[in-house]
Amino acid sequence: MSSNITPITMPKFGLAMTEGKLASWSLPVGTEVSAGDELADIETSKITNGYESPAAGILRRQVIPEGETIPVGTLIGILADADVSDVEIDSFIKNFNDNFSSGETKDKASEETPRRIVEVDDLRISIQESGNGNEGTAVLLIHGFGGDVSNWMLTQSALSSSHHVIAFDLPGHGESTKQVGDGSPEGFAKTVESLIKILDLPNVHVIGHSLGGAIALELAKSSPELVKTLTLIAPAGLGQDINMNFINGFIEADRRKTLEPVLQYLVHDKNLISRQMVEGIIRYKRLDGVINGLKTIASASFPEGKQAVSLRSTLEKFDKPSQILWGEQDEILSAKDADGLPSTIAVTRYPDAGHMPQLEQAAAVNAIISSFIA
Amino acid sequence: MQISRDILTRSYRSMRTIRDFEERLHVEFATGEIPGFVHLYCGEEASGVGVCAHLTDTDTIASTHRGHGHCIAKGVAVEGMMAEIYGRQTGVCHGKGGSMHIADLSLGMLGANGIVGGGPPLICGAALSHKLLKDNNVAIAFYGDGASNEGSTLESLNLATVWQLPAVFVVEDNGYGEATGASYACAGTQKDRAAGFGMPYFECDGTDFFAVYKTAGEAIAHARSGKGPAMLHVHLSRWYGHFEGDAMSYRADGEVAKQRAEHDCLVNFRKYVSEVSLLETSVLDEIDADVKSEIDAAVIAAKAAPLPEDADLMRDVYVSY
Amino acid sequence: MSKKSFRQAINEALRQEMRRDPRVILMGEDVAGGRGGTGVKDAWGGVLGVTKGLQTEFGEDRVLDTPISEASYIGAAAGAAATGLRPVAELMFVDFVGCCLDQIMNQAAKFRYMFGGKARTPLVIRAMYGAGFNAAAQHSQALYPLFTHIPGLKVVVPSSPYEAKGLLIEAIRDDDPVIFLENKVMYDDEEDVPDEPYTIPFGEANLTREGDDVTIVAFGRMVNFANQAADRLEKDGISCTVIDPRTTSPLDTGTILDCVADTGRLVIVDESSPRCNLATDVAALVAEEAFDALKAPIRRVVPPHTPVPFSTVLENLYMPSVEKIEAAVRSVAAYHVKEEA
Repeated sequence: MSSNITPITMPKFGLAMTEGKLASWSLPVGTEVSAGDELADIETSKITNGYESPAAGILRRQVIPEGETIPVGTLIGILADADVSDVEIDSFIKNFNDNFSSGETKDKASEETPRRIVEVDDLRISIQESGNGNEGTAVLLIHGFGGDVSNWMLTQSALSSSHHVIAFDLPGHGESTKQVGDGSPEGFAKTVESLIKILDLPNVHVIGHSLGGAIALELAKSSPELVKTLTLIAPAGLGQDINMNFINGFIEADRRKTLEPVLQYLVHDKNLISRQMVEGIIRYKRLDGVINGLKTIASASFPEGKQAVSLRSTLEKFDKPSQILWGEQDEILSAKDADGLPSTIAVTRYPDAGHMPQLEQAAAVNAIISSFIA
Repeated sequence: MQISRDILTRSYRSMRTIRDFEERLHVEFATGEIPGFVHLYCGEEASGVGVCAHLTDTDTIASTHRGHGHCIAKGVAVEGMMAEIYGRQTGVCHGKGGSMHIADLSLGMLGANGIVGGGPPLICGAALSHKLLKDNNVAIAFYGDGASNEGSTLESLNLATVWQLPAVFVVEDNGYGEATGASYACAGTQKDRAAGFGMPYFECDGTDFFAVYKTAGEAIAHARSGKGPAMLHVHLSRWYGHFEGDAMSYRADGEVAKQRAEHDCLVNFRKYVSEVSLLETSVLDEIDADVKSEIDAAVIAAKAAPLPEDADLMRDVYVSY
Repeated sequence: MSKKSFRQAINEALRQEMRRDPRVILMGEDVAGGRGGTGVKDAWGGVLGVTKGLQTEFGEDRVLDTPISEASYIGAAAGAAATGLRPVAELMFVDFVGCCLDQIMNQAAKFRYMFGGKARTPLVIRAMYGAGFNAAAQHSQALYPLFTHIPGLKVVVPSSPYEAKGLLIEAIRDDDPVIFLENKVMYDDEEDVPDEPYTIPFGEANLTREGDDVTIVAFGRMVNFANQAADRLEKDGISCTVIDPRTTSPLDTGTILDCVADTGRLVIVDESSPRCNLATDVAALVAEEAFDALKAPIRRVVPPHTPVPFSTVLENLYMPSVEKIEAAVRSVAAYHVKEEA
């Protein structure tokens, strides 16, 4: 029945090819072709190549549309003589496809919150935006020493139901450029200021965690007009002491075994430090320039094992709504550092959280921030 | 030059067989049914056939990764070759070697070769056997312009001269070592290389069977006469990529088409033999038809042939255990 | 961070190091291709397209196509490394080491020691290894044990795109000769790989799974097989540690011994020929240093002692597989030392 039907299949170009993309058909349906005529352009991860017809006939069908990626051997078209009926061709295609097994199907990559790079004062800053901003003022999330946007994984999505939320990686961190300048909170605050201006935001609700809290305070000091409210989570800059075992261990530990106990300082529930998180930080620390950047930041902010800059008076003088959130079990910065502040600054303490209440007490933290910025 | 009718028909049949075998593989490989990779000899048929026309089953040749043509020219069975390329138990190497390792030592075919420059040293050894066993046979190393730059090849030219071996070094110069042009990769000339090692140099147009036949005859006669090795430099062109799937972007548009149009050894052979009335067109047509059905049969047989069995995996690692 | 194939990861590592350090050069057969031809330049970018685009960016002086002359260009790379450049030479298929072993084994590997510590040879030799492509006996070998055997060489067998990029940058920055072996079947494997340069130190094994019952040591592509086997076994309550040593020289013996001390059971997966390979090496290490910890005989999952066969059925039979690893793990997990009567 099919003696004058020739199946055209995805060719195999070279030894490594298992699938190919039908980039374009070279001839329309109905063209009479000779053996050797170019039928289609096939694209592989390696090359794009013209595929020549193995036989003569009329190109009766283009079974696979342009742009589709399919396994080698898949039926892509049909050559047949003019006297072969469409019914015969349909039945040929069905038979062919019934007998052809293409192996596994490819799963689509899961959708992630989009990241983009913003050029800020010669630095490449990776930001992650979400939410539509119904409520007007945007929220800016500033992570701490050694952190990145993932520190906000439970915060950002919760706030984005009402606000335009921007998380970003500080210089020296995550996917941002690894030059850190002098590494001081003041220096970082200048970058944050530029970022806010480049994003064309009149002002923002600032939420800063740990060293990011000190950066938020520096921003409030230098550009108060950009800060609508200030939420400081376990911030640096309010006391002197800091757990240098964490800072030094974070810089020095380069294997899972040695890094894991260091990261456990961050949380009250030690099980939160997952294998994946440790691996992620090891991978981050392998990037060119990261260790040097972290050392620069540490020596600018915590020389000789103490916090270098006090921002208490900045906070006391800041005249817009400010609040502090802190885990009572914090092993890196003491929650006592929030003692003795003016009563206009609300302080909320979480008995069962360590240095990262936004992860350990996410629901409570999200609720209090939501109402604070509402 | 006198060529017997028998040699003419046999040579034409060999060239046609190579052409059809390779063109068929070009199509079959693209279906994904043939494992591994294949390197096609299309366009170069007259070289292998013109040289091997002077050889018997007891002369030895060593080939290259582009070895199908040499195998056919030396008489290796097409059905066994096709089965080998399909990885079948009935293949000439029982599915152990594939396209790049087809060999038939009973026919003096010392193997295609996956290693560039692998053949010339082996041919020194084969020639040494022929010399010491006084069997009046010769040994022929086929290799490309690419392999001419391997140390193993250059050392072999030296050794063959030092030992005055009955060897012929056939440089099949298609202008490209893989994707790199010989004009870049080959310093000096093949002629000067031969002279440097003190061996006579012959050259010919490798797309003209009669030129190859005549020149190869002189080179082989030299070697067979005990006067030491010779070099035969054959100029030709390959019509397909280095391997199947190679897009050949390193060759100018139209380069291959021109070769196909003007330097097709089969077309030119047919033209010449009819012009000088050496063979009748009907004889050639009959061969063409014959070969076509032979290749068809070989493909059908290969696809139907049994795969190797589990026990074959451990067989033939050694002669004795 | 973005999804990159093994091929792209290697290309990016080379590109970034060439941008960073003008002393880094590339050479090999058709690493660009097209030179001396009538068509376009940079026609191939390596036989499997791994170095595509590098000659276009860095020019013919830094991305050198070589004649098919392995002994000369591998030796030239060693000589250039000893005199101020940092060459990355590509041997294409590792099987071709037969054409140039002297320059690697007797020259590059020996300089430092022979010359009393006076030489530095920052040379990287990249090559493809491994069966699975029906490439037959001369294009399918897994020769890392051959190089591991030679003092003076460092040997890297990356197991994924992420690993490949970090280990290749480390190799280029290392001052010793490094053999960097890429499994040709893995070039289209994809995973998240940072866009920035990063390094993964040599001699530091990676635990891709951590478990209590059986330790699996696997090399290169076999790490993926071992992970798959471990995932299946987990469902039946057998938990495995999978060790990817990353480099066979130096070898992270400490991690292997620690893990065996924890599990007491060891399976080693190595796709190279079974005699004097990495599996025998690791087995000897554990037998010597951790004998008391062992609760079962060591099992090796390796191919038979034959050349790599061509035909698919034979090649499949030849190769270690997820199923073979699973069976080996089950057998050591079920093993109990007989009490003496």
